[in-house]
Amino acid sequence: MISWFPKSMKHNVTHYCAGCGHGIITRLICEAIDELNIREKTIGIAPIGCAVLAYNYWNFDTTEAAHGRVPAVAMGIKRVLPDRIVFGCQGDGDLAAIGLAEIIHCANRGENICIFFINNAVYGMTQGQMAPTTLIGQKTATTPDGRNPEDDGYPLKISEMLALLPAVAYIERTSVHNPQNVIKTKKAIKKAFQNQIEKKGFSLVEILSTCPSCWDKTPVESALWLQNELIKTFPLGVLK
Amino acid sequence: MKNIILASGNESCGEGAIQSGCRFYAGYPITPQNELTEYMAKRIKEVGGTFIQAESEISSINMVFGASVTGALVMTSSSSPGISLKQEGISYCAGCELPAVIVNMMRGGPGLGNIASAQGDYFQATRGGGHGDYRTITLAPSSVQEMYGLMYDAFYLAVKYRTPVIVLGDSILAQMIEPLEIKKFKSIKIDKEWILDGCKNRKPRIIRSLLLKPDELENLNLRLQGRYREIEKKEIRFEADIKNGTQTLVVSFGTVSRICKAVVEDARKKGINAGWFRPITLWPFPRSFLRKISEKVKKIVVVEMNAGQMLEDIKISVEGRCAIEFYGRMGGNIPDEKQVLRLL
Ligand SMILES: Cc1ncc(C[n+]2csc(CCOP(=O)(O)OP(=O)(O)O)c2C)c(N)n1
Ligand code: SF4
Repeated sequence: MISWFPKSMKHNVTHYCAGCGHGIITRLICEAIDELNIREKTIGIAPIGCAVLAYNYWNFDTTEAAHGRVPAVAMGIKRVLPDRIVFGCQGDGDLAAIGLAEIIHCANRGENICIFFINNAVYGMTQGQMAPTTLIGQKTATTPDGRNPEDDGYPLKISEMLALLPAVAYIERTSVHNPQNVIKTKKAIKKAFQNQIEKKGFSLVEILSTCPSCWDKTPVESALWLQNELIKTFPLGVLK
Repeated sequence: MKNIILASGNESCGEGAIQSGCRFYAGYPITPQNELTEYMAKRIKEVGGTFIQAESEISSINMVFGASVTGALVMTSSSSPGISLKQEGISYCAGCELPAVIVNMMRGGPGLGNIASAQGDYFQATRGGGHGDYRTITLAPSSVQEMYGLMYDAFYLAVKYRTPVIVLGDSILAQMIEPLEIKKFKSIKIDKEWILDGCKNRKPRIIRSLLLKPDELENLNLRLQGRYREIEKKEIRFEADIKNGTQTLVVSFGTVSRICKAVVEDARKKGINAGWFRPITLWPFPRSFLRKISEKVKKIVVVEMNAGQMLEDIKISVEGRCAIEFYGRMGGNIPDEKQVLRLL
């Protein structure tokens, strides 16, 4: 039995796979919005990727964005309605590949919005192709022999890159592979929203997340792989 | 006293947008529309609006998408290669039923082409341009003054039908300077029933085009198509000078029509029974009017700065009722008056 259900969340059957981190993150965002009492002034933006259906779960105003364009859409909304709370979710394909220009420039303008960047090191929705964040040696649908830096480059460290920008207020990398880290992620999400409420500028939380379906692992194996492998390349902590 | 100034097409476009109530502009520099972006940078702040120089055309149309969901009057502008990049966002605006005005000051193409005047983006503007079954209302001014007035129509129609509207100019119109009378417009009210501004005292709203169930998506498409039929019925605009006994009708749009009008005047002095016709809405195209006229005239001469794009709409309208001749120039070349005259 669930003892309480966030008001910011709709009762709907999940479309996420068993053991996927997306569902946890969705709920954490809703809990944070409830606790900060900002539901009625929040506008959320769903990306392309597995979180594309986020508005099935978000019980506040929401819209969609074309692949990679969440930061641009968020900017448009925020500039017209500066006293509303505007946030977007983006996967690693969405944010680090097709939408790289949008995220860098939005961050560089210090736009007073929040981005929750869900890094599962693959393209989940299109069934497991290489992402910019795929680890060296990691097998994916388009790197059947493992990612080879000579052909495919290195995992892109978005948070480290964005932390260099002067207008950025806050960057933290967290994870949802175990309860302690779920709690830390919730804190980070809340802090990002709090920054926006206080008009501090651009905040991004990169959240390492599991994708059992495309990693070809059980949910438990996935949590362990995240802890033992993914964190090595993407260490957790506050970057700015 | 009339408020008349000297302005370029770009400036007229910007001021027309401001006077129509546009309060959000995002753009990216490209010749020949830079003066428009620069005008908005200065002017929109004076009226309390937002100007953003985006990092790309893709970003700017998506910023416009975001601003539009809040119910602001929004606009972006570019020239041909930049409009190609905006097509993704225009399709999303169409799918999400969002009002937006997109100005295209056309230049020569395909590819990088050149910065001279051309009309090669007619198909792109009138056929949808991006992916999916949608249409964009397309307005084609031919003077600095008309540019100003059509900006109001563009915003008005965008809001009325909740759809992207394209204003299709070209290099010549963008940069030529003519007297412009600044008129006041009535204010355009956006129906707040659908906008996103936080769900205070109401149910949350969703603005989206993702509809995974075929029936739901078909319903959206049917709704859009219904609206397009209504637009085709109600929003046709054109200008014509056809006298009784006109044998040859010259049809052209935008700046080219200015050449054609002059040629027709000339021809009449020489005793040739000619008239001219200029569609102002390229979509919806004034088909039924042309159909009627085609029963009376012997020949229609179509002049364009492309390889014959509007020509196809004319053929569909005329359905073989009279002869059609085409004269087109490309690459930034301007149709030659003598050549047009020879066809009459
Ligand atoms: C313009 C465009 N290109 C490609 C796609 C196909 N597509 C859908 S989701 C996706 C990848 C999403 O991966 P990611 O952002 O990592 O999110 P995840 O599904 O892993 O959460 C792609 C390429 C699209 N919808 N639009
Ligand atoms: S494919 Fe991966 S990211 Fe997408 S829902 Fe399934 S587990 Fe989650």
